[in-house]
Amino acid sequence: MSTTPLAVKPQKPWQATPRQRVTSAVVYLSSVFLTVAIVALTPLAGKLAYFFLFFAVLIVVDFIVHYIRLGSAAAKDSIVRTLVAAGITVALLPIISILLTVFNRGRRGIHWGLFTHDMKINSVNDPITQGGLLHALTGTAIVVLIALIISLPIGLLTAVYLTEIKGRFTRPIKFLVQAMSGVPSIVAGLFILSAVVYPLTKSLNGFVGSLSLVILMIPTIARTAEEVLLLIPGDLREAGVALGGTQWRTVAMVVVPAARSGLMTAVILGIARVAGETAPIILLTGGGDAVNLNPFSGPMGSLPFYIWKSFAVGTEESITRAWAAILVLLVIVFFLFITARVLGERKRK
Amino acid sequence: MTSEKENGENAMESALSSVANSAAQSRRTPGTQAMGVGLEARGIHAWFGDKHVLDDISLDFWSGTVTALIGPSGCGKSTFIRTLNRMHEFIPTAAMAGEVLLDGKDIYAPGVDVTKIRLKVGMVFQKPNPFPSMTIAENVLAGLKLAQIKVDNKDELLEECLERAGLWNEVKDRLDAYGGSLSGGQQQRLCIARSLAVRPQVLLMDEPCSALDPGSTLKIEETISQLSSSMTIIIVTHNMQQAARVSDYTAFFLSDGGPGSMIEVGPTGEIFGRPKDKRTENYVTGRFG
Amino acid sequence: MTSEQDSGVDTTKLAAKALPAKRELTTKPRFSDKVFRAVVTSGGLSSLAILGLILIFLSYQGYSVLRSQGFGFITRSEWVVVTDELGNIDYSQTHFGIAAMLIGTLLCSALAVVIALPIAVLSALFLTFYAPPSIKKIMVAVIDLMAAFPSVLFGLWGLFVLMPSAEYWAKLLHKYLGWIPIFDMKAPVFTRSPFIAGVVLAIMIIPIITSISREIFAQTPLDRIQAAYALGATRWAMIRTVVIPYGRSGVVGGAMLGLGRAMGETVAVYTVLNIVYQINWQMLLGAGGNVASLILLKFGEAGPGEVKALMAAGLVLFLLTLLVNTTANLIVKGTGGKGR
Repeated sequence: MSTTPLAVKPQKPWQATPRQRVTSAVVYLSSVFLTVAIVALTPLAGKLAYFFLFFAVLIVVDFIVHYIRLGSAAAKDSIVRTLVAAGITVALLPIISILLTVFNRGRRGIHWGLFTHDMKINSVNDPITQGGLLHALTGTAIVVLIALIISLPIGLLTAVYLTEIKGRFTRPIKFLVQAMSGVPSIVAGLFILSAVVYPLTKSLNGFVGSLSLVILMIPTIARTAEEVLLLIPGDLREAGVALGGTQWRTVAMVVVPAARSGLMTAVILGIARVAGETAPIILLTGGGDAVNLNPFSGPMGSLPFYIWKSFAVGTEESITRAWAAILVLLVIVFFLFITARVLGERKRK
Repeated sequence: MTSEKENGENAMESALSSVANSAAQSRRTPGTQAMGVGLEARGIHAWFGDKHVLDDISLDFWSGTVTALIGPSGCGKSTFIRTLNRMHEFIPTAAMAGEVLLDGKDIYAPGVDVTKIRLKVGMVFQKPNPFPSMTIAENVLAGLKLAQIKVDNKDELLEECLERAGLWNEVKDRLDAYGGSLSGGQQQRLCIARSLAVRPQVLLMDEPCSALDPGSTLKIEETISQLSSSMTIIIVTHNMQQAARVSDYTAFFLSDGGPGSMIEVGPTGEIFGRPKDKRTENYVTGRFG
Repeated sequence: MTSEQDSGVDTTKLAAKALPAKRELTTKPRFSDKVFRAVVTSGGLSSLAILGLILIFLSYQGYSVLRSQGFGFITRSEWVVVTDELGNIDYSQTHFGIAAMLIGTLLCSALAVVIALPIAVLSALFLTFYAPPSIKKIMVAVIDLMAAFPSVLFGLWGLFVLMPSAEYWAKLLHKYLGWIPIFDMKAPVFTRSPFIAGVVLAIMIIPIITSISREIFAQTPLDRIQAAYALGATRWAMIRTVVIPYGRSGVVGGAMLGLGRAMGETVAVYTVLNIVYQINWQMLLGAGGNVASLILLKFGEAGPGEVKALMAAGLVLFLLTLLVNTTANLIVKGTGGKGR
């Protein structure tokens, strides 16, 4: 076929023409104008009034424009287009507000001492520059790490059962894992109290806190890992078996390694799920103020407990401390989440 | 003229079914086809991202005729017919160039309401796709509901569309059954009836029989023959016997690894009997590849 | 080997007369595979074990309270603990009834779903059918991130940031819709009300319902979507006739999962709500509670007897969320496969 340079250029005639862009700009501007006018002329006031009125006015104006240009079907379509845009805006507004709030309020309480001091000799009412989060950070790290060490094998085995063995329990187990992901965290805490603390340890420590987190972590790990293992193509398994491998060796040497980065995602999402969990931590860990590296004895501090405690005191310093700790916690969750995303993206390619 | 036609049909030999043959003979006489140009494609190019998939197709479709688009897989036939009712633009990376004139007006012109275009240029897909949540009757009238068209006598329209699609006798007693309860071939005729209800000028059919058994295929072909007197039909098919049976004109598309282009177009008898291009001949006689 | 050859000869001779006997195709599992299967199966059954243990231990701890209170535990709303000099509970005068908190749980979580569902469905529709791919990717990530926010954060944000605006809405609702019983109130106390707790819970479950709805909408068969467009449908007409019939039950299931999450939420409700032990249907009035926050509130100063009552309350909450989640999962699973 001819290799002469094309005289024609790819076009997208279905995209908005300059004239249509001008029309929609006029629609938006006139909606803004009308909104401002209505707010000025009526008793309605406040940011929310602007917000909802803008969408209401936009719906009406857009409807009229579309009705005149294209008729009633297109006009109805335009209503829904504005509604879904309003929906996503309402869904995203709290997130933006939360992030801004945490950043603005937490920033004031951030200083390097946070990461090198604990609260052994300070009270939450001391000036914010004194004391720190070290005990909470080490506590959260230890509690979450122990929870991970227990949950990972169980979650992974559950996922392997669901994807590799497919026995007669597959459906019930799938169901139970889902049911387990709906267990309220406070119930997990009560369960560990009733099953471990009262009959056995009779004292609160980091380890029993970890046990309650295990209940919340297993479903997250199992479900994410199951999705990841399902992505591993079946012929890889067949290849392993065809080479004379037993099923056990095929899963351990071929399937799981192939899903490695996806399983990392499962681990990270599991950590993110429990790192900020507060209710069972309040019930179980005892919440010490000094660094305690022994999970089996003595109260153990943690970020959620520190936030909870500082907030409950209710003075200006203590609330600033709570926000600073939330900022640290949020940065950790954010970081974990981004890592999981990046790993997940790479897997899919 | 007659000898030409006979040559063509001899070449096809037993490929032509007797039913469609007689119907085709009556219409395949030059001079009777031109009821006017219904749809014109002018210099159509298409791209997916940077990939140029369709190169400079210009083709006129006459009212009251059936045009078959044939060619091997991946030659751009389906892409081409999807540019004719603006279904092409649903692929996010898609782009195109050229014009498609419906009654002399470019359907890609700025300000054209795309939903009105799709009402005038209907489409039947490869896989039968009735709406499973609707009954047979609701399926046929779905287009009216979707496009908010009001009609006075729905029952009459329902019967007429099912009649034209050749399905009325089979379903008239169970119009309240769900669309999914029909056989594959019946579902496809239901989809044709659904397209007819909005009274399109042009009907695009993208391999409408490729998912059906031979019996159902024959029924659909009869339906096409009956419909062709009143509208423009464009059918993409892999089945050359089908093209020969149902169409008045045939266009042969081919891609040599680059963008697909149209090698040859002409009356169906000529394309199958005395193709001008060697590549067409190789394809229609099965020596292609 | 020999048997194979034999059967080969047999089939040629007797081809028309009889079919050869079917050979067994089962492989005897190797020892290592047996162990592997046993280990994996026991790991897989751990979820059953854990759920079972939760049920057993909470029942065991809560049994005495449930037995002494009977059905009154969930139908009455008194929480009066009377102890003798030794600290033992005097059951003749002690009453445990969680009706007020159960009603609070239902009120707050139902309100949360009522607010969250339309927003989440509209968002999911936007993400699936309206958003340009580049924006969509970012928005999906942001909404998923929100689902991972710790609940204590929602609580504090709700108390410090949302409260003032929510109070403003509450006053508006009271002013214009006060004639509806649930928007009426006895005293003008608008802060820390079930309404505000419901709004916070709604914000917490919007990401959950959005992502479930989005996944279900994205599974809508493409051929049906194309069929609708080819019939001249606008985007809304397509959504109404194809997407909504297809995804409806899945969205209902997603909403129920959100309901389950809202019912079990502890810290956020505890932070935002003014916990008062009384039945309160007037959602704008600053008094209420839910079962989970009751447990957290009473736990600190509870003696051994009262802890048993809290365990029983935990059991009720566990069963309630289990019921809601199970129903939700059944509904979600039922979608997708069938056409309508």
